[in-house]
Amino acid sequence: MSSSPSDGAKNGAKNGAKATKKLARDAQDGSSAASDPLRPADHFDSAAEDAVVQPKLGVIGWLRWGWRQLTSMRVALILLLFLAIAAIPGSIFPQRSADPNGVLKYKTDNPDLFPILDKLSLFDVYSSPWFSAIYLLLFISLIGCIIPRIKHHLKALRALPPRTPARLARLDDHRSVSREGADAEASASVDVAEKQLKALGYRVARYDRGRTWSVSAERGYWRETGNLVFHIALVGVLITVGIGGNYAYTGQKVIVEGQTFVNALIDYNSINRGRFVSDDALDPYALTLKSFDVTYQGFGEPGAGQAGDFKANLSVREPDGSQIDGTVQVNHPLSVGGDKIYLLGNGYAPTITVRNAEGEKVLSQPVEFLPQDSNLTSLGVVKIPDGMPEQLGMVGFFYPTAVKLDSGAFTSAHGAVNIPLLTLDVYQGDLGIDSGTPVSVYQLDTQDMTKLTGRDTDVKSIQLQPGETADLPNGLGTVTFENEAPTGAEDFTQSVKRYVSLQIHHDDSAVWVLVFALLALSGLGLALFVPRRRMWVKATASDDTIHLEYAGLARGEDPTLSAAVDDLVRGHERLLDAAAARHPVKGA
Amino acid sequence: MPDLDSISILTLWTAIAIYAGAFIVYAFDLARRSSAVKVDERMLVTAGGSVVAEPGESPYAAGGGAAAPVKQRFVMARIGTSLMILGWLFHLAATLARGIAAGRVPWANLYEFAMIGTLLIVLVYLVVLTRVDLRYLGTFIAGLVLVLLGAAAANFYVEVTPLVDPLKSVWLVIHVFVASLSVGVLALAFALSVVQLLQARRERGLAEGVENAGPGFLRTLPDTVRLENLAYRFAVVGFIFWTFTLIAGSIWAQDAWGRYWGFDVKETWTFIIWVLYAGYIHARATRGWRGTPSAWLSIVGFASVIFNFTIVNVFFKGLHAYSGLS
Repeated sequence: MSSSPSDGAKNGAKNGAKATKKLARDAQDGSSAASDPLRPADHFDSAAEDAVVQPKLGVIGWLRWGWRQLTSMRVALILLLFLAIAAIPGSIFPQRSADPNGVLKYKTDNPDLFPILDKLSLFDVYSSPWFSAIYLLLFISLIGCIIPRIKHHLKALRALPPRTPARLARLDDHRSVSREGADAEASASVDVAEKQLKALGYRVARYDRGRTWSVSAERGYWRETGNLVFHIALVGVLITVGIGGNYAYTGQKVIVEGQTFVNALIDYNSINRGRFVSDDALDPYALTLKSFDVTYQGFGEPGAGQAGDFKANLSVREPDGSQIDGTVQVNHPLSVGGDKIYLLGNGYAPTITVRNAEGEKVLSQPVEFLPQDSNLTSLGVVKIPDGMPEQLGMVGFFYPTAVKLDSGAFTSAHGAVNIPLLTLDVYQGDLGIDSGTPVSVYQLDTQDMTKLTGRDTDVKSIQLQPGETADLPNGLGTVTFENEAPTGAEDFTQSVKRYVSLQIHHDDSAVWVLVFALLALSGLGLALFVPRRRMWVKATASDDTIHLEYAGLARGEDPTLSAAVDDLVRGHERLLDAAAARHPVKGA
Repeated sequence: MPDLDSISILTLWTAIAIYAGAFIVYAFDLARRSSAVKVDERMLVTAGGSVVAEPGESPYAAGGGAAAPVKQRFVMARIGTSLMILGWLFHLAATLARGIAAGRVPWANLYEFAMIGTLLIVLVYLVVLTRVDLRYLGTFIAGLVLVLLGAAAANFYVEVTPLVDPLKSVWLVIHVFVASLSVGVLALAFALSVVQLLQARRERGLAEGVENAGPGFLRTLPDTVRLENLAYRFAVVGFIFWTFTLIAGSIWAQDAWGRYWGFDVKETWTFIIWVLYAGYIHARATRGWRGTPSAWLSIVGFASVIFNFTIVNVFFKGLHAYSGLS
């Protein structure tokens, strides 16, 4: 960085010469190393480096050279552009973090390409080595750039505005006015200007010499402060996200109406937890799903049949035994014991009872069916590992409002339960759950199983309405679609239970990420909109006239500088006229 | 009486027709600038021998001197601007009618995003016109709005339907509005950067003594430095709005989806655009990148904004699937 004093003793002589030259330049154009922000050498406002023959570099020399390259504007800029480009593949390929099913689908669709792309981390772009390398280098570059700037700015905040340049007329924004008056008035006029500038928020310093009086003023220190705050806050966001992730956990749980979930590791369907979340870190509250509300747009209304206003009514039992009611809606998570509970999804869980040939119940429970379309045609799987001669699996469709298509297949015409229908296909054989490899409860691996009903078999699929029972093929037993409606109900609307899929999320760092983000935003506003500028007012007395000079110098983007100098001139004239009116010059 | 939504559609097509008129008139304005200046120059040189009007010097660049050039009147540009205002009023009426018909803010599907987005582009343009004469961008602004709005009205129209649950939030009002506003500001920055590149080519040509360096209307436009400064000022405002959009979106995502950031496709592109404009702001302060290279960054940035708004909305799958198209 050319504007920082070098500490290399080797280059002392050269630097001395440079410093003298720099001082001469400062005196001419009013720039000063002391209060200018310390910028990278290739900032366009920095003085261009003199072409010099570089001494041979040793290891330290090369390291220093490398560091200077890394902290230069050019490299930071190139890293920024790399970051933008590197983020693009993550929007093209499905990401494990955002769309795990998409990744599986991609694997099935492109079995040959997948391993290569996966090696290149194209399905985990944002945690890939190459993406991490770019942003870590960028942040190292950023830190390397701002630390010297912070030190420098702290000094500048205490420094006085620089000496008034000898020839103000060399500056672009320069005005001059002549007034009648003696030496005393010349000095007084600069006093007035000093007060005026001070009132405008400038830091001022007087530089009087001989028959020349001048005030040097500077403002806009907030510009550099904002700039530094913005960059520090970005580092803050990165560090908070990095550390916070180790203490955060996110889990999913499916709860059927009437069921209870206890916030403990064992009770989750799935949970991702940070490295430092211990097994007993979870607050053992319990949630019971009392009911689930949903409304549908009526027939004839726009968006007819569209479901909305999903609401899970929960009863929460705190660890201390107190009981409260709460609701979870989309956009309105429920806060319990430092956790936030979100509503992710919902569906139907028909209660299914299976009896074996002896009439013993081998299964009786609500089974969660996954919605396949907006009218909640739902797909579910029943697994019966024990109690039958061979393991039994069933793949079923549930239609809340079943209608028959011309093709003979069923579909659902509405999301609400009006004409509920459950169809089941039965498979017999090995469920593949005894080998120890985890298998999804929502999928049936039919590889080692024989299909007993449905298409390609002689037996028709089982079709059930609530309350009905059908025989399983080959005399294996019976299956019942239980009617959950209270006794005396006249229709099927309450015959099937609903379930909700909840996400329980704990992340204490989120609020700090927000704080840093808002800090960055406000720093950005200051850095981009506060003008950093210097102003000088100089009065030179000769005979009976005072020659007044005004000049402004922008330090960074400053589109309104010229207007500001004009305002200063006008304001100063007004103040001087007012002063003259109060104290008329003798003999005038 | 037809329902409000039908009125909205009718009014919108009226607005599109008026914008088309504005586009044509603005195009004529550019054509006349090309020829008018030549006449002016000849007149100045013959009438007053002392007039210093170098061929090709713009009235902006030659400010301050005693021989300030005659202030040029661009009649066609005035007509174009009047048409823009008229078109905008119809456009506003269409948007309001749509909002009242829906009983909510009129920006909840792609058709409505296009409506409010272009409404704000024109609004920003018209408001800026009261401070800076940017009518030479009229052709571009009218053309851009015409394409976006026409495409949306013809292809993306959907009937008014109730909001889906995730959109029922106060952040819909704030997040989407500020995002649209920043698109309006960035559009101006983009247009200025394009003109800057044209002007830079012309200035290079003039320096090399090329006779006919680029379109003639460039003579009536500010020089590259002024164009770049203007572009930068708009880009900076747009960047701040964009930063706010990112933060507001994260707050909303935290409530609606249970996490503030998840590299959803739309989030990713919003981030990419943010980084590109951050790069632009740095480029302008980097020696060797100021001028033409930084202008290219501004252009790439806005191209990404349009990409994010159209291609990502329609073809990419992700959580921001609110285009209303199936």
